[in-house]
Amino acid sequence: MHSLPWIILFAPLLAAAGITLFTLRNPARSALLSVSAVAVAFVLSVVAFLVFPAPSAPVELSGVWLAVGSLQVEFGVRLDPLSLVMLLIVTGVGGVIHVYSCGYMRGDRGTGRYFACLSFFTFSMLLVVLATNFLQLFIGWELVGLSSYLLIGFWYERESAAEACKKAFLTNRLGDVGFLLGIILVWATLGSLHFGELAAVLETTPGALGAVASLAGLLVFCGAMGKSAQFPLHVWLPDAMEGPTPVSALIHAATMVAAGVYLLCRVFFLLEATPAWPDAAPAWLDGITALGVVGWIGGVTALLAALIAVQQDDIKRILAYSTLSQLGYMMMAVGLSAPVPAMFHLATHAFFKALLFLGAGAVIVSLHHEQNIWRMGGLHARMPATAWTFLIATLALCGVPPFSGFFSKDAILAAALDPARGSGGLFLVGVAVAFLTAFYMTRLVLVTFQGTPRSAPASEAVETSPVMKWPLVVLAVPAALAGFWSIDRFLDRHFHPAAAAPASGWFEQWVAPLVHAPLAVLLSLVAVGLGFYTAYLLYRGAATDPLPAKLGLLARGMRAKFYLDELNAWCIRLTHDALARLADWIDRWIIAGVMVRGTHGTTELVGRALRLVQSGNLQTYVLVVVLGIAAVLWLALGPRP
Amino acid sequence: MTAGLEHYLGVSALLFGLGLVGVLLRGNLILMYLSLELMLNAASLALVAFDRFNGTRNGQILVFFIITVAAAEVAVGLALLVALYRKRQTAQVEDLTGMKL
Repeated sequence: MHSLPWIILFAPLLAAAGITLFTLRNPARSALLSVSAVAVAFVLSVVAFLVFPAPSAPVELSGVWLAVGSLQVEFGVRLDPLSLVMLLIVTGVGGVIHVYSCGYMRGDRGTGRYFACLSFFTFSMLLVVLATNFLQLFIGWELVGLSSYLLIGFWYERESAAEACKKAFLTNRLGDVGFLLGIILVWATLGSLHFGELAAVLETTPGALGAVASLAGLLVFCGAMGKSAQFPLHVWLPDAMEGPTPVSALIHAATMVAAGVYLLCRVFFLLEATPAWPDAAPAWLDGITALGVVGWIGGVTALLAALIAVQQDDIKRILAYSTLSQLGYMMMAVGLSAPVPAMFHLATHAFFKALLFLGAGAVIVSLHHEQNIWRMGGLHARMPATAWTFLIATLALCGVPPFSGFFSKDAILAAALDPARGSGGLFLVGVAVAFLTAFYMTRLVLVTFQGTPRSAPASEAVETSPVMKWPLVVLAVPAALAGFWSIDRFLDRHFHPAAAAPASGWFEQWVAPLVHAPLAVLLSLVAVGLGFYTAYLLYRGAATDPLPAKLGLLARGMRAKFYLDELNAWCIRLTHDALARLADWIDRWIIAGVMVRGTHGTTELVGRALRLVQSGNLQTYVLVVVLGIAAVLWLALGPRP
Repeated sequence: MTAGLEHYLGVSALLFGLGLVGVLLRGNLILMYLSLELMLNAASLALVAFDRFNGTRNGQILVFFIITVAAAEVAVGLALLVALYRKRQTAQVEDLTGMKL
């Protein structure tokens, strides 16, 4: 039992090291190593889940890793309901995607490198999930960013991929600066980095953080904003689709981008602490709490990304914006003091969004790397397994009962309606996003799988190989049924260990959302139905997009991602480039001009002047020597002042 | 009137000044060489005079060394001069500016 989490953690790292050292040139063996490592991790995670003891007692194994003065940093693993759920998602969904990768990457020259990176990513993600303290989590966090960088830029000879990985890395860095400052602030105030100790301190004295409570929460949220691609740091995620599709499924949909949500749930006690600002802060900050900011950033991201997704043409980009939008949902839930629905949605989203990406990958492979949905069409008849599983995932994403997404999404909407902590504004945003989600997913499914083939590859497409087909089927099961697995009840133990959730049957769970918050369910179902209906009317048999003609300027804005990339570029030109020009000017004129060339010029000038003294006339030299001796004698023996 | 220390030193200073002027003004290397020897002898004379009036021997020992070294120096220096003359066909110092940049 005690070595279990360690094996789970280090098996993928061993695989990554083994592949890098020995089997880099052998694709089959690399794949075998990588897949078996993640399979071992998954099986052991299931075992850990089954033998996990009492509900409220986390299992923790750790040793002191670093001791500097009063700072004690441990390296360990922590098993509690939160990390167990994440373990199962990372190794389970990850395992399926590893298998799928064997098919997707067949014939690629860098397959060995691909699997090494994938295993390394799994290790880093597990490090984040199992971390017992802030510093360990931060190390994993950065390693996750690194492996994401390596995998987005996997096809580095493509310029767009090289640019995208740079963008992702830099944007993440921006958030991580805030995260690191937050960690330092927490340590400076409370003197500990350990999650358990921090939680205990803040539980007994909610005001322990004093005046920096809100600031610490927001700084930690900065890290989550970068990794989970929340507005305004969301710009990297759509570009990250330049990586191989399984990577998009695993890292940029199911696990890594969810790490931000996981982080906020892990340190939820920090966000919950009594909000306070330093005395010097302006008065208008008083009404702002960390949770409120988290909720509204999430809401804005959800709405914005859903709007942009409506007018994208690249199948992976639509899914990327949908991911952004769903991550916004999760952030919104955290902001509404509802971490359980947030993690619940994270889990179901991991299943159905990974499935959607894998389906998209199958389509892309069958169509010889065509990604524009307007050159697809009619694929339902030619790729039935892909089409059916894609449809299941779509229904789950839209929140149609009884698919998994319905339960998690409605838990979030119900939290928004909760009279104690809810927010009417965020509820409306949630319903609007539900409508948009149904709309753009229906558009995607109708244009891709229905109608007639609109290009030669689309009319010749065939179902992919079994190694790519079966992972879809396997993932379709949790995507459809995860709503009944009481993931939320299991997570409840973590956040409310005291209140034992009442056991209930299958049917009670089915209708629980209806009983709990009927208004949320009804409104969201109406919105989803409306989304289906309008999209069906617009895109049934459409050969081109009818929306730009109907919406005009709005559609143009959606298509151009609301010019946010351009806005960023403009801001960077304004600030960063001006700074660079200033630095260049200083370098060119002050440092190189005055200091370097000045020194060199003075030396040379003096040298040239002194050269004239060397006349070559022996008698002049003698005269100088004599005069020199006379001067020395005068100084030594002459009159004293 | 007997000769005092100041007289000896006066002669010595005179010899030294003559030597110095010779080195500075004469262009012929051999004459410059002779002037140098004159300066050395001026120094020797001053040393011997000091000894004579102070009743010590140290200066005289130093003078022996000066004479010995001067003899050796003349041998080497004149040999160099002869070699130089054979190579350049001149003993005028104005012509020897090979060290100038």
